[in-house]
Amino acid sequence: MNLSRIMKQLMLCCLGLLASSALFALQVSDDRGMTLDLPSPAKRVVSLLPSLSEMVCALHACDRLVGVDRNSNFPLTLKNVTSLGSGLDPNIEAIVVLKPDVVVMSHAHRAVERLNSLGVKVLVLEPKTHADVERVLQSLATLLGVEGAQKLWRSIDAEINDSANSMPLKSKGARVYFEVNRGPYAASESSFIGEILSRLGTKNIIPASLGPFPLVNPEFIVKANPEVIFITAQEASTLSSRPGWGRINAIQNKHVCVIANHEEDIIARPGPRMGQAAAILAHCLLIHGRFE
Amino acid sequence: MLLLLTLCLVVLYWGVSVGSAGFVNLGSMPNEPGLAAIVFDIRLPRTLGALCCGALLGLSGALAQGLFRNPLADPYLLGSASGATLGVAAALVAFRVSPSAGHWLARLGLTGAAFIGAMVAVLLTLALARGFQHTFRLLLCGIVVGVVLGALCSLTLLLDPQVLQSMQTFMLGSTSYVGWNSVIMMAIGWLVCIVIAVPLGRLLDGLSLGESTAISLGLNIGFLRAVLVCVLALAVGLSVAQTGLIAFVGLASPHLVRSMVKVTHAHLLLISSVMGAALLGAADVLARCLLAPRELPVGVLTAVLGGGYLLWLMQKRQFSSTGGES
Repeated sequence: MNLSRIMKQLMLCCLGLLASSALFALQVSDDRGMTLDLPSPAKRVVSLLPSLSEMVCALHACDRLVGVDRNSNFPLTLKNVTSLGSGLDPNIEAIVVLKPDVVVMSHAHRAVERLNSLGVKVLVLEPKTHADVERVLQSLATLLGVEGAQKLWRSIDAEINDSANSMPLKSKGARVYFEVNRGPYAASESSFIGEILSRLGTKNIIPASLGPFPLVNPEFIVKANPEVIFITAQEASTLSSRPGWGRINAIQNKHVCVIANHEEDIIARPGPRMGQAAAILAHCLLIHGRFE
Repeated sequence: MLLLLTLCLVVLYWGVSVGSAGFVNLGSMPNEPGLAAIVFDIRLPRTLGALCCGALLGLSGALAQGLFRNPLADPYLLGSASGATLGVAAALVAFRVSPSAGHWLARLGLTGAAFIGAMVAVLLTLALARGFQHTFRLLLCGIVVGVVLGALCSLTLLLDPQVLQSMQTFMLGSTSYVGWNSVIMMAIGWLVCIVIAVPLGRLLDGLSLGESTAISLGLNIGFLRAVLVCVLALAVGLSVAQTGLIAFVGLASPHLVRSMVKVTHAHLLLISSVMGAALLGAADVLARCLLAPRELPVGVLTAVLGGGYLLWLMQKRQFSSTGGES
């Protein structure tokens, strides 16, 4: 009697396990280390980070985006999608009304907690390096139930390689400085922008040990004497007025790559357009890199 | 006083020696040709700039506390901090939103925008308070203007959140780009302010006894107060424009001086200046050398240094007073 009872319980357990695994067909883990269970691929997606919106569209699932944040402006079809405010401080009510299957966003603790408590599934994905981009593409592909993440990553990689191969040997090792913002906040070797610059064969004067986007002492930049400076259009006019900067190689020889307003979005987002970013950076380096 | 001056000189030497690689012996200057240029072009104006800015803030802190007869007054009370921040935010956002307006603003420069913002805020405060007569009203209007302009600044930043990082360096204070022009401007400004304010120290002494007493002593409060408010606005405007918002120097310097010596306002203004200079100079050097080659915002260090020193002094006094009694 005991044995048959145990067998029955065992059978029930097995059936239960089978049922639950059938119930949750998808499992995706996010940057918090938490696993999200979904019964089927997400059909209604809200994205609150521009790079994630671009990735979803690059995976040919643009029509599944029912809501995006204010700054998601590429591709242009996203203009017709409901805007939900900023990525870190979105309009919670508007998100809930849209009844999304999942919300993909970066870390914004309060918003994530609030959405979870309202029963909305949240996937926290914040790509910061090239390896992150590859991983996030895979996560999104699993989430959406589409193929093509590997192919997309290989094409981005190939685009960067093309730009790298277009660089002449002469410009290998050219010292560059990429200024992200007034401060000066620089992009170091360990940032995603720095990774692109390294693959283009240049030497970033800001070492990886300082973190991805450190606030540096301007004297350090003057001492390191970069040959090419990347800077936004807005700050470009202030370069010559900075004390002591007139001696920098790049400024004396006018090797300053000005990043136009419309190019800023492409370069500043670790996403599917990194190949284009590499092309923009390579184009400027071809003009300014070591042709004396 | 002599002690403070020597302290300033020490800070100056230290500041000129510390670079992005940490402390460097100046004696090695002839061996490294680039070093001399770096010292002259970058470190010297930066350290001198920090000293001048600190002097301006120390002076305006003492002025504010004397004028408003409030030991918690700081030089940003008339709304100048929020005005300057709004000016800088508007300049940064305008360029991205409409490049043509931005070009015009670029010629003005961020320092110009900050200065104009600070002045407009002070004028607004004065207009709302309808004159210099009632200090309480002036104080209240200053706070209101500060809060309202701060809200406008936040709204402006919403238009383009990408400038938030640039704004952060302004709002926490930075001496990164102080060059010789800025130093000369601040030095002249400080001289002008000192020359006008120190003789008027008698007014502040009189005011501390109460307005009616001051009038009965024969002081022309209305006019003299107006002059001092103008000096305050000028000093704060100059310092905020060049280095951004630096907290605590204006508030702490007069207290630090008073805890060490007992002086009349005329001397307090002068000594508070020098104390402010030493404080900001030391903070600037530490900001550069603690995490070299990275940099800490100087406003963070002034708060830690000034606050820590003030706490220590208070503890010492309490200790010595209880010790003296027993």
